[in-house]
Amino acid sequence: MALTLEQVRHVATLARLALTPEEEQRFTTQLSAVLDAVAQLQALDVEAVEPTSHATLADSLLREDATRPSLPPEKSLANAPAKSGTSFAVPKIIE
Amino acid sequence: MPVSDFQPVIGLEVHAQLLTQSKIFCGCSTAFGAEPNRNTCPVCLGMPGVLPVLNQRVVEFAVRTGLALECTVKKTSVWSRKNYFYPDLPKGYQITQYDQPICEHGRLVIDTPQGEKVIRVRRIHMEEDAGKNVHDTSGGQSLVDLNRAGVPLLEIVSEPDLRDADEAVEYLKTLRDVLVYLGVNDGNLEEGSFRCDANVSVMPKGSSTYGQRCELKNLNSFRFLKQAIEYEISRQVDVIESGGKVDQETRLWDVNKGVTRSMRSKEEAHDYRYFPEPDLPPLHVSDAAIDAAAKALPELPRAKLTRFTSQYGLPAYDARILTAERPLADFFEACAAHYADAKKLSNWFLGELMRLLKEEGTPLSALRFTPAQLAELLGAVDKGTVSANAGKDVLGEMFRTGKAPADIIAEKGLAQVSDTGAIEAVVDDILAKNAGEVEKYRAGKKQVFGFFVGQVMRAMKGKGNPALVNELLKKKLGD
Amino acid sequence: MQLTDLTMLELAAKLAAGAVSSEEATRACLERIRQVDPKVRAFLRVDEEGALAAARASDARRKAGSPASALDGVPVGLKDIFLTEGVETTAGSRILEGFVPPYDATVVRLLKEAGLPLVGKLNMDEFAMGSSNESSAYFPSHNPWDLARTPGGSSGGSAAAVAAREVFGALGTDTGGSIRQPAALTNTVGLKPTYGRVSRFGVIAFASSLDQPGPMTRTVADAAALLQLIARHDPQDATSAAVEAPDYSADLEGGVRGLRLGVPREYFTEGMDPEVEASVREALREYERLGATLVDVSLPHTKYALATYYLIAPAEASSNLARYDGIRYGQRAKDARGLKELYALTRERGFGPEVKRRIMLGTYALSAGYYDAYYLRAQKVRTLIREDFTKAFQQVDAVLSPTSPVPAFKLGEKVDDPLSMYLMDVFTLPCNLAGLPGLSVPCGFTKAGLPVGLQILGRPFDEARLLRIARAYEREHDFFLRPAPLQGWPERQASVTPPCP
Repeated sequence: MALTLEQVRHVATLARLALTPEEEQRFTTQLSAVLDAVAQLQALDVEAVEPTSHATLADSLLREDATRPSLPPEKSLANAPAKSGTSFAVPKIIE
Repeated sequence: MPVSDFQPVIGLEVHAQLLTQSKIFCGCSTAFGAEPNRNTCPVCLGMPGVLPVLNQRVVEFAVRTGLALECTVKKTSVWSRKNYFYPDLPKGYQITQYDQPICEHGRLVIDTPQGEKVIRVRRIHMEEDAGKNVHDTSGGQSLVDLNRAGVPLLEIVSEPDLRDADEAVEYLKTLRDVLVYLGVNDGNLEEGSFRCDANVSVMPKGSSTYGQRCELKNLNSFRFLKQAIEYEISRQVDVIESGGKVDQETRLWDVNKGVTRSMRSKEEAHDYRYFPEPDLPPLHVSDAAIDAAAKALPELPRAKLTRFTSQYGLPAYDARILTAERPLADFFEACAAHYADAKKLSNWFLGELMRLLKEEGTPLSALRFTPAQLAELLGAVDKGTVSANAGKDVLGEMFRTGKAPADIIAEKGLAQVSDTGAIEAVVDDILAKNAGEVEKYRAGKKQVFGFFVGQVMRAMKGKGNPALVNELLKKKLGD
Repeated sequence: MQLTDLTMLELAAKLAAGAVSSEEATRACLERIRQVDPKVRAFLRVDEEGALAAARASDARRKAGSPASALDGVPVGLKDIFLTEGVETTAGSRILEGFVPPYDATVVRLLKEAGLPLVGKLNMDEFAMGSSNESSAYFPSHNPWDLARTPGGSSGGSAAAVAAREVFGALGTDTGGSIRQPAALTNTVGLKPTYGRVSRFGVIAFASSLDQPGPMTRTVADAAALLQLIARHDPQDATSAAVEAPDYSADLEGGVRGLRLGVPREYFTEGMDPEVEASVREALREYERLGATLVDVSLPHTKYALATYYLIAPAEASSNLARYDGIRYGQRAKDARGLKELYALTRERGFGPEVKRRIMLGTYALSAGYYDAYYLRAQKVRTLIREDFTKAFQQVDAVLSPTSPVPAFKLGEKVDDPLSMYLMDVFTLPCNLAGLPGLSVPCGFTKAGLPVGLQILGRPFDEARLLRIARAYEREHDFFLRPAPLQGWPERQASVTPPCP
């Protein structure tokens, strides 16, 4: 299935990737090729098949409602590219 | 067509913060008001490599709520990821339930001027809250606090069964009372632990096709909910009347201007790309767990109200106030076990006790006296040991000190004088001192009787048994 | 013979006997790294100080007669996908450059508790997306058997370090073959455990329903011993299985007599390198000689596995990688004007081409209007692939195949052709889709001296049997004894294209 450049741009917006024009072109070609390859799945009749979303055999694991120590803020924020006090800082959010 | 020719259609989406100690997927505290990011750990910060582990209490609360709202509790429900980017959403997705929520198809009965009305509950699901973005006024930047990220929420979605703002408010109040009764939520709209969005549309009366709906946000009080819905109804009617079309959009209630306005920033193509959360296996709730939760379900506000009117013979007005909050209702019943006249007890509750609780700002849980002691006080008033007025003082003292009523009456000398001889002596003395007034009375000026009562009570420092004083005065005056 | 030529268990025996100290062994690794890593480039960073401190602590325990585990003091390396408290962890990506985790992955904690000095962090394809190590944002690692070739991926650094004897063993992760394929390409043993057998907590996620950490070693017995330390239920991982781990070494020498081994016809197809096929066929005959019965089995949906995988894995990855936004950690586009640019520029610059390609593909597969046709359909086919294996395992005890259809290819050869790169995983990824354990064991060399791997797949939680089957073959050969020549570089350096455009 051929993707259009417009679709690639839309997907890049959803994924928050500021692709360069070259990347947009390249991904249009490459992703179209991958989609062509995965199109073989359309041939299978899967109407009555249940989807597998988990490979685990584990049953729902639950934890007790008990608090555990949090990280001290200096550790929580140690890797932050920008901070103010004990908050993470980002460019002003315009609503 | 005037507004009255349109039928509003309203559905509410309620987000209730669950009263757990720890967050939904990690052990951080859910306490409110800490320094930014004090209650965070790698899991709720969305660090690389972290995984969620579900808080069992959240499931218990969801099941309890589902049963209380007469939902079908699903034995298997599935977690999903809702993908979007926002600074307060650390992982870039919210873990929530999407196409397979834990509860479905419930109902909640509300009161309307036309009588009881059933509002259907479409679904209840569990999810994690986001953090908080704060605009930094000084620095031209925004600040992100993730203390709230991962706090457990129940989302309760009604069917669009509500037909005006008052019904919406009544539904929200009734729902809040239920959740507070269940002990799963604190019902606090202002602090945001009980939040509500409203889906509002209008259609011509008699139509069966719903109009295009708008989602209203920022409705953090019952008053705002009512105002916003009413504004939105008239706005939509105006749009249609002027030949326009209502756009499906999210609108924010502007408290200051009293209008709803479009949130354009949220308009850009939303595509949440929901898919099953691979880090959490499907949730299984056993029949045994559902049965146990059903058995442990407390009596709900509506059932309790009905029972208070039938069992205690109380007027609906009294019963409604007494059952509005579970601790008050429980305390009333504890007192009623020691005291037979439920209406008299109710009068004391609705009057003196609630005044004291309000004035002193004391929660019921911190009361210093026992139900038996309150019953003892009321018994003393009945017997005339203490006057009704003095009884109020005694209650005030019990409230503040926790002392036994008998001790307070003794200490403060509040006991009523019911000794006929003692009262007779005072009556004789007063009548003797006021021979002129006695003449007038006997001459037919009956209104001076009150003067004699006042004089006797003053002489007895208010402790004379009023019934006896009256009786003796009448006898002596020759009535 | 050098100290670094010992296997993990040989070294453990010498440590137990007091013949050598952990500090000596660790220093031997560090010296070996200094000598050969400039050629192999397996390490992203070496934690000399941390490793030596752990080694000295181990020696103290050994001296006190209270070793923490059978492998106490044996130095190993970690793929850079495992979070290490206080030691930079990047998953081979620019976007995590400088990220110093505040916590240890569960498996890292388990290894520390068992007393193993952790020598450093090993190179990998960026976020484990790749089959050649060339998508590492830093540099490609080289195959010790021919330095002009790839050691495979994504755990290529781990495989190369073990093959070059820079460490005694390593941990990798396997999402579609990322442990087994590099093991096959470097004459090492790689085991992907059953999904849920080993904790994923603290392992940087690629595709959550497929990822699984596992051991990479020179011998089967070493793999068993290393797996023993990490195969635990983890209350911090809801997908971790509450299944007791058996003693993986107990029955290692039990042989294959009487076992029924399945040979799936779909795994012997055109496109396979003839020398690889010949080696694997020879291994099959060997198993027959050792008393096993070969059974022809069919896994009819195998041909759909690649397409299924390349929808499911990117979809999960597109969500897993949303957290890299430059807000709480990692690199940020500091020049961004406004929030939108902050996201888009940070991610555009922080991710390499293969990662972006997969984020795009996964985002598309999950997006409105395409979910049913792509993602949901892939999940249904995944069910069919699982059922294929369930049926096969009613007839046989294990399934044998080549691990990789080709031996190590040249660096740069497939970089610009994603589809042909994706084909490298064609035999390994069905196992991940089914959540099964799989193992690659050396089974010879091509004429050019490139290693070939035999893949053994088993039932859920049947790792002990896979190890036993692998060991039966290993015992008959000396492949693991052969040292890698560490040649072919820099002579052919000029022919290598840089990995990232």
